Amino acid sequence: MSLVEWLGLLMVLFGLPFFFLGTVGLLRFPDVYTRLHALAKGDNVGLGLVCLGLGLQSGSLAMTLKLLLIWILMLIASATGVGLIARTALSRGVRPWGL
Amino acid sequence: MTFYLLLATALFLMALYGVFASRHLLRRILALNVMSTAVFLWLVTVARAAPGLDPVPHAMVLTGIVVTVSTTAVAVVLVVRLRASHRRHDLP
Amino acid sequence: MDALVPLFDALLGALLLWLAWQSIFAADLFRAVVSFMIFGLLMALAWVRLEAPDIALAEAAIGAGVTGALLLSALGRLPRERYAEAAQHILSHSYWLLFWAPVVLLAWFLWSLEAAPPSPPGLGEMVAIHQPAAGVDNPVTAVLLAFRALDTLLEIGVLLLGSLAIWSLGPSPWSTGPAMPSPALPAMARALFPAFVLVSVYLLWRGSHAPGGAFPAGAVMGAGGVLMLLAGARPWLTGGEQGPWRWLLTLGLGTMLVVASVTQFAGYVFFQYPSDWSGRLITLLELAAGLSIALLLFALYLGGQPPVRWRDRGWQ
Repeated sequence: MSLVEWLGLLMVLFGLPFFFLGTVGLLRFPDVYTRLHALAKGDNVGLGLVCLGLGLQSGSLAMTLKLLLIWILMLIASATGVGLIARTALSRGVRPWGL
Repeated sequence: MTFYLLLATALFLMALYGVFASRHLLRRILALNVMSTAVFLWLVTVARAAPGLDPVPHAMVLTGIVVTVSTTAVAVVLVVRLRASHRRHDLP
Repeated sequence: MDALVPLFDALLGALLLWLAWQSIFAADLFRAVVSFMIFGLLMALAWVRLEAPDIALAEAAIGAGVTGALLLSALGRLPRERYAEAAQHILSHSYWLLFWAPVVLLAWFLWSLEAAPPSPPGLGEMVAIHQPAAGVDNPVTAVLLAFRALDTLLEIGVLLLGSLAIWSLGPSPWSTGPAMPSPALPAMARALFPAFVLVSVYLLWRGSHAPGGAFPAGAVMGAGGVLMLLAGARPWLTGGEQGPWRWLLTLGLGTMLVVASVTQFAGYVFFQYPSDWSGRLITLLELAAGLSIALLLFALYLGGQPPVRWRDRGWQ
């Protein structure tokens, strides 16, 4: 394997803990807002690293750009979705934890 | 291949039980959808036994997915209307 | 690396079974519907594993997208039942026979498959031999729009019939929609809608030589329309008798019927294309069918006849 492929593998492996920690946050945090916070942040960084790593491993520029496009679309969708869930929860009177 | 056949069989039986045993009509619709997916899985998996890729089952499943969504839409709208007019979500 | 493939299959199978169980037997209906949507997404992955990318595209856009939006909207219209009542599962004795008959049949089927696995070549070879005559490179498109075009015609007929049935049930129950809690959704929908159009045009163009075609393209476009509607857009699809809507909804069916009849009058069999024209005719049919499928899926989602004039609703 070339250096670039090793770098790709390293990035994928580096991205996995973010998914894991995001999921732990989703399961263990006390209320909907903190859960959303953990999930959105952790998963987006994890997905970015995995996409970048896979792009490096694929060795083609077009594939890397496609994977990055997937990541950007995912960022937009997750930001909107998280905002919608949080605002809906707030307007339904779900109190943030500790307030 | 056997693995996916067994998976499809398990999904089908689960959904069949769900269709018969659920009271809520929306649950029955969900179970019917799972059941049709199981049948599609059967079709494509069995077709893979032949050498080469057989596109005919693929086309049939594509057709089936679109037909499933039309029947689901009609059924869901009927459930909503039933609830609005008769205040119930199951069949007598 | 190959040792990981059965592991992946096993993991996928276990997840699919668990999600199907949740979507049928979960106490909370909302949980059931969301489980079903994730089930559709993972099924798309399973279709990729089974080397059926066309089905994967359609399943992701229709199974998880349009069906999920439809079920969620319906759930919003149904009052929340008490859990115990909603999750009631009773199987009366007379149903047990109905349940066990397919079980026995399936067991026998599996056993006979194990005893004598199917060895015939299937229809793959036939399609491969005749495909040059169809004028397209993608075998699935060739089957859908050349060899078994009658199936596709009837299927678009079913879609049209479905939306006809829904329109005849009265006005759309969710034409007013929920109050928008955030300005982010309309902004995102406006930003992403061109991407939906681009992807579906690309899929349509790609369909002649690679996985794609009218069905995935129409599904992506229909899902984009549903997203715009959820984001508070006022669609120009109205229930008025004037206007292009009824024509556009029947465009796919109409074009297919016209092509089939014209070729029949020109001395060919019903739906037999002159071989020089085959590729171009299939492109025309795909274009018409894709547009019609997108609009029909949108009409199915509406759940009733759209109003003659859409009311304004921005975010609050």
